[in-house]
Amino acid sequence: MSNCGYARKWSIVALLACTPLAAFAQSSNPAAKRTFEAKPDLNGVWQAMNTANWDLLAHGSSAGAVSSLGAIGAIPPGESVVEGGVIPYLAAAAAKKQENFAHRWTDDPEIKCFMPGVPRANYMPYPFQIVQSANTILFTYSFAGAVRTVRMGIKEQSPVDSWMGWSVGHWEGNALVVDVSGFNDQTWFDRAGDFHSEQLHVVERYTPRGRDVLDYEATVEDLQVFSRPWKISMPLYRHLEKNAHLLEFQCIEYSEDLLYGHLRHGKGETK
Amino acid sequence: MTQWKSVPLVLAATAVFAIAQSKVPRAADGHPDFSGIWTNASITPFERPADLAGKEFLTEQEATAYERSHLRNVDKRDDIKGTNADVTLAYNDAWWDRGTRLFSTRRTSIVIDPSDGRVPPLTAERKRQLQMIADARRQRCEQPGCGVENSGILGPADGPEDRPLMERCLSFGNVVPMISTAYNNNYEIVQTPNFIGIDVEMVHQMRRIPLDGSPHIASSARFWAGDSRGRWEGDTLVVDTTNFRPEAAFRGSDGNLHLIERLTPVDADSIRYQFTVDDPTAFTKQWTGELMFVKSKGFLYEYACHEGNEGMSGILSAARADERKAAAKSGR
Repeated sequence: MSNCGYARKWSIVALLACTPLAAFAQSSNPAAKRTFEAKPDLNGVWQAMNTANWDLLAHGSSAGAVSSLGAIGAIPPGESVVEGGVIPYLAAAAAKKQENFAHRWTDDPEIKCFMPGVPRANYMPYPFQIVQSANTILFTYSFAGAVRTVRMGIKEQSPVDSWMGWSVGHWEGNALVVDVSGFNDQTWFDRAGDFHSEQLHVVERYTPRGRDVLDYEATVEDLQVFSRPWKISMPLYRHLEKNAHLLEFQCIEYSEDLLYGHLRHGKGETK
Repeated sequence: MTQWKSVPLVLAATAVFAIAQSKVPRAADGHPDFSGIWTNASITPFERPADLAGKEFLTEQEATAYERSHLRNVDKRDDIKGTNADVTLAYNDAWWDRGTRLFSTRRTSIVIDPSDGRVPPLTAERKRQLQMIADARRQRCEQPGCGVENSGILGPADGPEDRPLMERCLSFGNVVPMISTAYNNNYEIVQTPNFIGIDVEMVHQMRRIPLDGSPHIASSARFWAGDSRGRWEGDTLVVDTTNFRPEAAFRGSDGNLHLIERLTPVDADSIRYQFTVDDPTAFTKQWTGELMFVKSKGFLYEYACHEGNEGMSGILSAARADERKAAAKSGR
């Protein structure tokens, strides 16, 4: 590629010299397949490859919660996935975020194996699967067996708040656009305590960058917590393993001691 | 009936079947399209009741009478209304959602093979294992600090691990196989040429069924819903599931459970669903059940069970209170 950069001064030469490289770069991620309905085919097992679940914003490495786990428990560094690098909290909400951060090792709903909400479910360090039919697109997540159903073009509103929200989809060119509302206020955006209220409204865009990469964007709006809408973006990568299947990660049993340990026989006030 | 008389009947039956089949919706790849929301709610008993022994099907009249008598007999709590006992029971019939109808087949049990409509006996070894587990639990409950389970039996409650999988929101007994139960008998099927996902309303347990011809995962990997693979045999979707967690016992099955499910379209609004339980270390023979899935209107909504499981805290707190009460009584 450095040859190409150099050759850029010589436009004709550059065109000739660089075309094969450009073509090769494209063929390493061929165009997205199409479904029977001629829509981009998003079927498959996907996963983000970043540390946004630790913190949406840029962060260096730091110690984890359990020192006996050594390097296994440590927090790896990462770039910001928030456009502009700022989450525009209202003043009171900024204080609440700090409080969440201080109590993150007990209060993060992920610790309790609660369903992670949207968009967090998409950038947890676990895969998820898109099952795409014409009118219904199912998102099935490994973590906590969470599931959400994107219904294409429906008019019905969410009758009740839920953990994974109410997803209504439509196509804009090659992009699957999903409008998600009907959330409760119980989920967080990351392990750093970034949060929202039940006014949360998320608009997601899934745009294929070829067959094996999706450009993922989520615009987050919540007038109770943020002064303006803000956006995260990241690629999602297709699992290309021959045996890529989504496996059930039912984490409830690993959260029970944390949730109910104080009520065990022989614990607390009983003895 | 003589041979020649039965010929027109066979022709008529074939014609009816052909008409029904032509109404079966098809996916773009030509296979039957099972997409949509389905319910298998029914009052058809799992095993054939003793008073219907030898009778595989009810007539139309008998079925109507059966459904009417079921309606008369629901909510049998009149005798305990206003008492503590009424409050301590989990739900009443305002909450149950079994429906009011038998399956359209008018069968007298979900179990269709063996023909007596009863689950075959467990193997001697499995019986012994289950008896040992039950005995140990009963023995522990000679001490205070236990709690009543849904089955009505008193069970240990030292910690959450002691409690049945349902109370822990871990796995419900109507997911694999998909059998009708007291409530939440709804399923959403999303179908693609290579994969079928079934969102089971009960605790949003997912059935993930690849149709990619791949083998099961190695037997060291175990899951509450097992590991499923599907394939088409004509118009029938056959789903083969293994790799179950041994604790996810279905009617006494163990970790060797191999389940074969068959979904066959009957018409646009119904699927014949059969499951065969193959578990030679648990049952003395294979057995098969049959239910009907019927198209349902509306949507499937999120059932967050674990997230709101105040019940577990209540059960364990009550067990601790029971211990305190017993300790105070014995003057400790």
